[in-house]
Amino acid sequence: MARLTVDDLKKIKEEYKSTLTLREGGSRAKITVHMGTCGIAAGARKVMEAVLDEINKNNVKDVIVTNSGCAGLCSKEPMATVEIINEAPVKYVQLNEEKIRKIFKEHVMEGNAVQDYALVVGSETAY
Amino acid sequence: MEKYRTSVMLCGGTGCIAGGSLKVKNALIDELRNRGLENEINVVVTGCNGFCAQGPVMTVYPEDIFYEKVTVSDVPVIIEEHFIKGRPVERLLYKEPVKKQTIPLMRDIPFFNLQVLRALRNKGLIDAEKIDEYIARDGYQAAAKALTEMTPEQVIDELKRSGLRGRGGAGFPTGMKWELCSRVKGDRKYILCNGDEGDPGAFMDRSIMEADPHVVLEGMIIGAKAIGADKGYIYVRAEYPLAVHRLQLAINQAKEYGLLGENILGTGFNLDIEIYLGAGAFVCGEETALMRSIEGKRGMPRPRPPFPAQKGLWDKPSVLNNVETYANIPQIILNGADWYRSLGTEKSTGTKVFALTGAINNVGLIEVPMGIPLRKIIYDIGGGISKNRKFKAVQLGGPSGGCIPEYLLDTPVTYEDIVQTGAIVGSGGMVVMNDLNCMVSVAKFFLEFTTDESCGKCPPCRIGTTVMLDILTNITEGRGKEEYIELLQDISQDIIATSLCGLGQTAPNPVLTTIKYFRDEYESHINEKWCKTGVCKELCTFYVDEEKCKACGACKRVCPQNAVSGEKKVPHRIDQSKCIQCRSCYEACKFDSIKIGPRSLRERLMETTDQEALKEIYTAAIAAKEE
Repeated sequence: MARLTVDDLKKIKEEYKSTLTLREGGSRAKITVHMGTCGIAAGARKVMEAVLDEINKNNVKDVIVTNSGCAGLCSKEPMATVEIINEAPVKYVQLNEEKIRKIFKEHVMEGNAVQDYALVVGSETAY
Repeated sequence: MEKYRTSVMLCGGTGCIAGGSLKVKNALIDELRNRGLENEINVVVTGCNGFCAQGPVMTVYPEDIFYEKVTVSDVPVIIEEHFIKGRPVERLLYKEPVKKQTIPLMRDIPFFNLQVLRALRNKGLIDAEKIDEYIARDGYQAAAKALTEMTPEQVIDELKRSGLRGRGGAGFPTGMKWELCSRVKGDRKYILCNGDEGDPGAFMDRSIMEADPHVVLEGMIIGAKAIGADKGYIYVRAEYPLAVHRLQLAINQAKEYGLLGENILGTGFNLDIEIYLGAGAFVCGEETALMRSIEGKRGMPRPRPPFPAQKGLWDKPSVLNNVETYANIPQIILNGADWYRSLGTEKSTGTKVFALTGAINNVGLIEVPMGIPLRKIIYDIGGGISKNRKFKAVQLGGPSGGCIPEYLLDTPVTYEDIVQTGAIVGSGGMVVMNDLNCMVSVAKFFLEFTTDESCGKCPPCRIGTTVMLDILTNITEGRGKEEYIELLQDISQDIIATSLCGLGQTAPNPVLTTIKYFRDEYESHINEKWCKTGVCKELCTFYVDEEKCKACGACKRVCPQNAVSGEKKVPHRIDQSKCIQCRSCYEACKFDSIKIGPRSLRERLMETTDQEALKEIYTAAIAAKEE
């Protein structure tokens, strides 16, 4: 990878904004599994594996799967955030393999958030 | 508070910010000022509205007009048509009927809407192992600004004006620390990061290093520029494997991109950063001990002066800042000191991250504006005390801090106000305790910790804490004497006055604050040999209030000793010779019929076999308790 200049930083910023916001990228949805120490200890890896398994089984190509750090509510881990393009992200709590598979089917594939497992919808104020 | 005729609530959720809502905000503020409306119309940035697809969105009150997809060029139109002429801009009005949303919105839940994310702004949003995602969230823009557009003096000045104070616990002004070191001449200087987080119940720094490692590196680059360092170390305890892994990946990626190493961003500035693994000694969080540890020696503090700014790591001028401190710095450089000061109080500016744990519903990591009352953190953000129990105290600042009681819960969280209570803000561990906690045992727990972790170099700390622990052990095991409370206070003052480093100087705080606020518990332990919470096994007797007992059998089922007797509809009774004071029955009883009496009660009950006499003892004990 080439050494960056100040201009390159701006280019990368524009390029990768899309993967973070789903606005300009080609993807339809994004699943973020929160994998800080707390999440992993509570079983986030199993949740992640289940997501990847669903992606493979359903041959889905337009969904981004990624991981991130602690979402802040350690007592409600494992947590995942599901964001469908043009909709507010939904945070799911206290997940396991079965729950995330249901979320994948109903929310990611069919577009209906699973209310029973959802804690909150929206994104936090960051400024 | 000024009265405004109109309020504009502009969404500042991540989605809307990505869509440009902060640009809209600046345009609004500029335009309002140009037209002299800044005292009539207020602009507020809010949490997510949930309509991210239509963002940036804003609501105008009192009319409750909802605009969507607002751009900078719409701002003059909105102001002209709506705010001046009173005609809402049709084109921008929200069109679809609002879809019924049954999942609550973040802005409606106190856990989310009372928080402001600055140090944690990338929390749960980016993949910590991908530098590009960090860059996409303005990452390394501040470093670029500091390296290309600012002099070291300007960087230091911005930080000084921001009022940022060290988030590791001591709260020393960061800008001043940098200034002191920048003025020292030296061929080599070091920029150091303290990730040796060790307070029981604290995990702020770990979470930042795991979730957003690049922000630490970026903060260090800016610090290196300010003081003129070209070498840095991050001291992390080896018990944080995920943090270490992600930091190392981050360093590697930053080096590949030329954001670390030689000639950073083509500016000619050099900085190399390495991770140094600590073995988990608490004292190594003290700056001089940390530096000795990096030098490969046994981690022990040394007297100051000379201060590390003059003679630090390998006797070279050095600056050491905490992880959270660094996490605040890029945003201060990008947005300016005034932005940072816009939250918090005069002397405690900005936000603080807390690790909220203990007997509370929402255990987690939170970031709040300084000055927020403790009560709001515990009851609104934390969701109150778990299992419907009663609040007793909140412990701030770990082994260096203290316990704050119920009646001081309206204390604002600032460095100055918390110190008044006898506790400290500290690094941000906040442990909530309920009515099942014995405060003498809590003090003893922290003393055990500091006695263990005292490095042993100076006698006041080494011997003093051991003596205090002995006294506390005596009190909790029934050998307490009346003069012990004053003795503890005396020894505390000596340890505070004569210890070499912060560990000893603050170690008595948990004891002093529990004596100050919960003296009655010490007294009942000592004088009545009675631990009213039933924690100190040698100082309690569990018995059943037979009037209240519904004979439900809950206590019987949980008793590991089969010490509870009594059939259905027959009040239960605890066999004192079998009882091991584990408190399981007390916690299981839903009718408040298990009572905790003094130790002497147990002896009297065991001596008596006559049923009538037993009954009398019970009745008398309950009457005494209810007085």
